[in-house]
Amino acid sequence: MSNPLTPAPGDQPVLVAGGISDSHTWNLVYLQLLVEEHGHRVVNLGPCVPEDLLIGEALLHDPALIVVSSVNGHGYHDGMRTVTRLREHPALADVPVVIGGKLGIAGPCGDEESAALRAAGYDEVFEESADGIAAFRRMLDALPQRALV
Amino acid sequence: MTGAGFGAFVRRAHHAGRLVVQPRMGMSSPQRMRAGLLATRDADATTVGTLTLDSYTRVGDLESAQLAVLEGVDLNGYPLVSHETATTRRVLDGIHGPQFPVQVRHGSAAPQHIFRALTAVGLDASEGGPVSYCLPYGRVPLRDSVAHWTESCEHFATLRRTGAEPHLETFGGCVLGQLCPPGLLVAVSVLEALFFRRHGIRSISVSYAQQTNRRQDSEAVAALRSLCTRFLSDTEWHVVVYAYMGLFPETEHGARRLLAQAAELAVQSGSERLIVKTVAESRRIPSVAENVSALEHAAAVAARTVRDPLEGTGTETYAEAYALVDAVLNLDDDLGTALLRAFSEGRLDVPYCLHPDNAGLSRSYIAEDGRLCWSDVGKMPLSGVVDARPAHTVTSSELLASLSYVRRSFDDHNARS
Repeated sequence: MSNPLTPAPGDQPVLVAGGISDSHTWNLVYLQLLVEEHGHRVVNLGPCVPEDLLIGEALLHDPALIVVSSVNGHGYHDGMRTVTRLREHPALADVPVVIGGKLGIAGPCGDEESAALRAAGYDEVFEESADGIAAFRRMLDALPQRALV
Repeated sequence: MTGAGFGAFVRRAHHAGRLVVQPRMGMSSPQRMRAGLLATRDADATTVGTLTLDSYTRVGDLESAQLAVLEGVDLNGYPLVSHETATTRRVLDGIHGPQFPVQVRHGSAAPQHIFRALTAVGLDASEGGPVSYCLPYGRVPLRDSVAHWTESCEHFATLRRTGAEPHLETFGGCVLGQLCPPGLLVAVSVLEALFFRRHGIRSISVSYAQQTNRRQDSEAVAALRSLCTRFLSDTEWHVVVYAYMGLFPETEHGARRLLAQAAELAVQSGSERLIVKTVAESRRIPSVAENVSALEHAAAVAARTVRDPLEGTGTETYAEAYALVDAVLNLDDDLGTALLRAFSEGRLDVPYCLHPDNAGLSRSYIAEDGRLCWSDVGKMPLSGVVDARPAHTVTSSELLASLSYVRRSFDDHNARS
C-alpha cells in the first residue's frame, strides 16, 4: 500500500506550458493528448506562462517532467529566462525540463542556441520536425509510468 | 465618398471594384518597419499597411520590449510602446495617410497602453476584441479583458472629437485559427462589433477566417453580412477575410492555391478586405518580399474573380450564428455583462480552448466533405439548430490529422493554380 502523503513517482504529473510571451495553444492541446497517451497525467498551464507561475506550479505539483513549448519565435529568449529562473530554486534543480517548437524568429534555432539552452538548464531541446517528435516520444516512454493497473 | 480614415479607404476601394489586401507584418527595427510599409504601399495591389506588434508588448511585458530595443535584439514585431513617439512618427512619415492607412495589430487583452501609443503617433485603426484577444490567447481573466476593452474603446472613440474616424476590426471571426465551427466564429465577430459600437466606435470591420470547406466559408461570410446588416445598420462596416490561419501548406503551389481560394472567397462573398498569408508561413515569420509576392498574387486572383454572394439567411451557419448572438443579447442589457454570463454558463463555448473562463464542453471535427461540424455543442443553445455527432475521445494523432487537414489537402494536390 502506498502512503497517500508520499505519492509514488508514477503519480507525478507532466507540466505542459507555453512560452512566456507565446499565445499559441494548439501545440499545448496536442502535447497534452500525446503525453496522456504515454500514460502520464498532465497539468496544462496554457499559453503565456510567466516564470513565477511555472515555478509556483512546479513546486506545487512536483512534476515528473516540465515541457515548455513555443512557436512564436521568442522561444529561445523566453526559454532562457524561464529555465534560468527555475533552476535558481533548490527544489527544482533536478526536475527534468525540456523545450521544443519553433524556437527562433528565423526558423529553427541553430546548434549554438540549442547548446546554450542546454547549458542554461534544459535536459533536452526539440526542434519542430518528425525527428524532434520521435525523440520526444522516446523520452516520454523512458519516464517512470503512472500505474496503469 | 469622403472621409480620410481606414474604413473610408476600404469603402472607396470596394466601390471601385477592388479588393483591399493587407499583410501581417511587424519588425522591431524602425528602418526595416518603414521599408516593409513602403514595400506594401508600392506593391502592385490595393493595399493598406500593417504594424504588427511584438509579443512582449502584447502581454504588457514592456520591460522586456524596452530591453530588446536598447540591446538591438530582434523581436517578432514592432515594439510600438517602447520606441520613442518621434521614432514611430518617422517610420510613418509620408507613408501613412488617406491614400495608405496603416492598422496596428497586436493581440492584447489589456491594450490600453497600445491604444495610447497608437493615437499618440497619429494612427487611427486597430483590431482585436474582448473575447477573441482573451480566451484562446493568454491568461487574463475574461472579466478583466472586458473592462480593459471597454476602457480602450472609449478612449479610442474620443479621437472622433478631432475629426478622425477611429476604426476597429473584430478578431472574433478568427478565434482559435482553426477547428472552430463557422457559426461560432460569425457569432463572436458580430458580438464584438456590437461591443465596439456600444462603446462609441462608428467604423468597424468584422473578420472571418477561411476554414476547411469553400461552400461553408461562403455561407459563413453571407451569414456575417446578413447579421451586420441587421445589427449594425447605423454603423460603417466591412468584412475582412483572413487567409487560412491554421497549419499552412508547406509547398509553394499548395500555399499559393490556398491563398488564391481565400481571395476568391473574399471577392465572391462581397467582402472588402483580405489578410494574406505567404509561402513561408509554415516555416517562419515571412520576409517583406514574400509578403509583397502574396499581396500581388491575391490581388491578381481577386481581379479575375466576380462578386457573387450567396443569400445570407437560409443556411445552418446563419441559424447557428443567429441563435448564439440572440441568446447572448438576451442575457443582459450590458453586452460586457452578457458576454461574461454567456461564457460562465457555457452558452458560448470555444472548443479545445484552455482558458479557465471557457466552459470547455464543446468539441468539433472535420466531416468527410470537409465541413467543420460540432461533435458536442456543450451547453450552447444549439439543440434543434445543429445536428451534433456523438463525441468520441480524440487522440493526439487524430487531432494532428485534423489540424493538418488543409495543409495535406493543398500540398498533396497536383501543382495547379
